[in-house]
Parts: sequence; structure tokens; C-alpha cells
Amino acid sequence: MSSRSSSSRSSSSRSSSRLGRSIALHLFLTPLALIWLFPLWMMVIFSTMPDRGIFSPSIELLPHGSFLDNVNNLQRDTNFIGAIGISVSVAVTYTFLSVLLTSMAGWALARYQFFGKGVVVAIILGTITLPYAVVLIPQFIMVARDFKLANTWVALIVPPLFNSLGVLFMRQSFSMMPGDLFDAARVEGVKEWRIFLFVALPLARPMLAALAIILFLASWNNYLWPLLINSKPGAMTAPVALGTLIGLTKVSWGGIMAGAVMLTVPMLVVFVLLQRHFVAGIAAGAIK
Amino acid sequence: MRYQNATAYRFLAPYLLIFSIFWLWPIISSFLISFQATRTVPWRFAPTFNWGRLIGDPAFFNALKNTLLILVIQVPVMITLAIVMAVLLNSPLLKARGLFRFAFFAPVVVGEVAYSAVFRLMFNLDYGIINKLLNSVGLPRIDWFSNVTPAMAVIMIAVTWRWAGYNAIILLAGLQSIPQDVYEAATLDRVSKLKQFFYITLPLLKPIIVFCAVLSIIGTMQLFTEPFLITERGGPGGGTETLGLLLYRQGFRSLNFGYASAIAYTMAGLAIAISLVQLWLTREPK
Repeated sequence: MSSRSSSSRSSSSRSSSRLGRSIALHLFLTPLALIWLFPLWMMVIFSTMPDRGIFSPSIELLPHGSFLDNVNNLQRDTNFIGAIGISVSVAVTYTFLSVLLTSMAGWALARYQFFGKGVVVAIILGTITLPYAVVLIPQFIMVARDFKLANTWVALIVPPLFNSLGVLFMRQSFSMMPGDLFDAARVEGVKEWRIFLFVALPLARPMLAALAIILFLASWNNYLWPLLINSKPGAMTAPVALGTLIGLTKVSWGGIMAGAVMLTVPMLVVFVLLQRHFVAGIAAGAIK
Repeated sequence: MRYQNATAYRFLAPYLLIFSIFWLWPIISSFLISFQATRTVPWRFAPTFNWGRLIGDPAFFNALKNTLLILVIQVPVMITLAIVMAVLLNSPLLKARGLFRFAFFAPVVVGEVAYSAVFRLMFNLDYGIINKLLNSVGLPRIDWFSNVTPAMAVIMIAVTWRWAGYNAIILLAGLQSIPQDVYEAATLDRVSKLKQFFYITLPLLKPIIVFCAVLSIIGTMQLFTEPFLITERGGPGGGTETLGLLLYRQGFRSLNFGYASAIAYTMAGLAIAISLVQLWLTREPK
């Protein structure tokens, strides 16, 4: 009897402390979340405000109706729609090629024993911690001067094709698959590249989705390399075109914000729809 | 397993080809270029030309100082914040988890240019929302971009905003891989939640924290876009110039590839040194 009452008392005190902790948790996390959302919210608000509204002393925290005017202003300052076209085409092509290249390499590392495997893995691990700055200058000299490919799609797509975290992710994905499956196909006399294309890749679909999203995002947002290699107005990607406006004196800031929204909001939508894949793709780098 | 060299290398060939052309050769090449005088035609071998200049260049030491200052303050703040986010997002008591995850993870998809533009506008002296809000609560407005300290603060705030959620995603995945029964046992033994965090969560999470820290350090080391766009080419007066920005100016504005390569290799040396220190500090006890 006494033991029962004491247990019920302790459980009620535990549930009240649970409630207290839950309230404290939300009281701390809600303002932090609002602060974190604030820059995105302001991006959207600015993009709907006329320039004289942005540069007025009043505090504006709600949307106005000038988004399309701002898009027109932006288009007057730089050919942003054209740049978006380049960015989309480049990101789509890059993602396709990179997923293929990366999963082929991941497959080889996961499924075959071969001479030099340790060296290849060491190279991949080594480049994770190597600053990109070290390869930037020779890459530029090679692509611009030796290959004469500056201001082309090839320059935007091919050099960034090498990635290390993606290969480790795909190696991990393929090595977790049961080997019997592939052996069964081998016994049937199926060629290795067909096993890869028609057995392994379909099984890896969720991982390929995660990889594709991360690669697409990386290409879409890439700034430094496209800034250096495709600096001619007609060849700029959207972030580079937008970047040229920042810091100009006679420029529509409403337009710049409209451009920022056009770069960001589609990715936010994709993020919300495919959050699981996104998170898996990012987390994969570190988790064994 | 038997060796299948031909098959394996056929699958690896395109990847290794790209690696050799666009990474392996450039790694060697930029090392060689750093020992050449590159503003004469043709380039000539001059082993001390760039490295000698580097050692005596106040612009280099200014950029190095700024980069290390950002590194030392921003990375620990961000990693701490990311751990807090991850632990709280993982709490079973949390309601509306999806909304909170969205708030913290959304910056991950925002491009450098887009968010640099927003931060630049938000911290504008006369019309920025931050100064308007400071004014509205009776605080004096701050001239963010004309003085070095607040300009550095804006850079650090921006980078932290952009990357804290990214690290929180990785840490959260790490948290979720910790088996629950460890916590259940601790709770049965009446170990407080705070103690559980310090004696269970942190030690088990350590390898992932180190991974995040190393990646963040290497990222921050190469910081370029934020001082390029937010503080207008490293302003005020070079006060926020970073190594990445100096490399850009030397390499791609002055077309001084030799000197820029020496800067790049300095960054690589720093990155390797910091990674080694990190790994040594967090080595497994024998």
C-alpha cells in the first residue's frame, strides 16, 4: 500500500517535472527558431517592397505587392532570367553526370577487391580535408588558358565533378546490400555493368535521391568557381549575375531581393518535400 | 574475394580521370607555381620570390589574423549552438518538431549570394531592420560596416546562421545512433538529464563533433563570399579581409598566380595542422 502511494506520488512529480521541462524547452527553442527564420522572412518581405519602401525609416515586417515590379527591375539590371536558365541546365546536367560517376566509383570500392584500393580510398579521404583553394588556381589556368573553355557550360560542369563525400556515401550504400543478389546474377552470366545498372542502381534509389539533391543544391548555389570561370555577362550563372549587382550604387535592392527569393524559395520547397532525403544526404558524410 | 582489377578500374576510370586532371595535377601544379615568378613572361623559377614576399607582407598577416580571429570565435560558438539544436530537436518532449527542424535546417539550402545580400540589407546603417529594431527599443543604432569589430561580428553572425543547422543535421543523426537503453539505464539510476548529457551524450558524440569542427574550420579558413559581398571586398579598410579574399585579389584581380598559390598552400598547411591537432586532442585513450 505504502509502496503504491509512494510510486504514484513519484510518478506524478515526474510528470509535473516533465511538463516543466517541456515548457522550458519550448520557451527556449521558439525565440531561437524565430530568430533563425527572420533573415528568410525578411528576404521575402524585401522582395515584395518597392525600393523607396526598403529605404524608408519605418519598420516593415509584412509583405507588400511589388514582387513582379522587382523582378522587372532585376531583369533591367541584369539578364537574370537568362542566368536562371543557365543555372538550371548546368545543375541538371551536373547532377546526372555526377550521380553516375560517383555511384560507379562507389560501386567499385564497395564490391570489388583490386590492386591499389587502399590508395584510392586514402586519396578520397585526404581530399575531404584539403582546402579547395589549393586546386583553384591551376584549375583556372588549365580551363581558361590551356583548354580555352572559359564562359562555356563544360567549364561549369566538368571540374566540379570530383567529390569525395558522395563516393563514400555510395560505397557505404552498396556495401550494405546483400552480396548473394549480385552473385546470383553472375551465375546467370550477367555482365558486371548490367548488374550495376539494372540490379544495384534500382536498389540504391533512396540513396541516389539523397545524393542527387545534395549535388543539385551544390551546383545551384556554387559561387566562387562560376564567378571566376564564367564572368562574361551572357555566360553567368544566376548567383554570379546577382552577385555583380551587390555593391553597385544605382541598383534596385528590391530586384536583388527578388532574385534572392527566386534562387532560394524553389530550394526551400524541395527541402520541405524531400526533407528526409536531404537530411540523409547531409548526415551521410559523418555517420558510419 | 578474388582480385578483379580490370572490372574495378573500368568503373573507377571516369572518376579517377576527373580527379587526375582537376585535382591531382592542380595540387602538384600550384605547389610548383608557388616557387615561380608569374608576372614575367615566360614564368621563371624563383624559389624565394613569393614565399619571401609572403613572410614580409602586412596584407598577408592582416588576412591571416582576421581569418584566425573569425575561426577562433565563430567555429566554437556555432558548434556549441549546433549541439544545443541537435539535442533539443531530439527531445521526446518537443511538439511541432517539423516546424523547428525547418527553422534551423532551412539555411542549409540558401546560397551564399542570396544570404549575403539579405544580411547586407538587414545590417544597413540607416535603413537596416536591425538598426530600426535597436532604435525601437531605445538602443543606439550601430554603424555595422564602418568599423572593424561590428563588421567582423556581422560576418560571424552570417556564417553561424548559415551553417549551424547543417552541423545540427549531422549531430542529430549521430544522436539518433546512440542506443536508447544507455539513457534508460541512467534514468533508472537517477542520473540527472544534465549529467546524462555530459557523461553519455558528449563522449559518444565526440567523433562526430570533431568531424563537424574539422569541416567547419576548413570551411571558415577559406571564407570568401561573405567578406566579398557583405562587407564589400573585406572592408572597412581591409578589416574583414580573409585569406580567401586575399587569394582572390592576388590570383584573379592582379593575376599574380605565384603569390596566390603560396597563399593557397599556407591555407592548406594551416588546415592540415589544425586537423592534426584536433585528431590528437580527441585521440582514443590507449
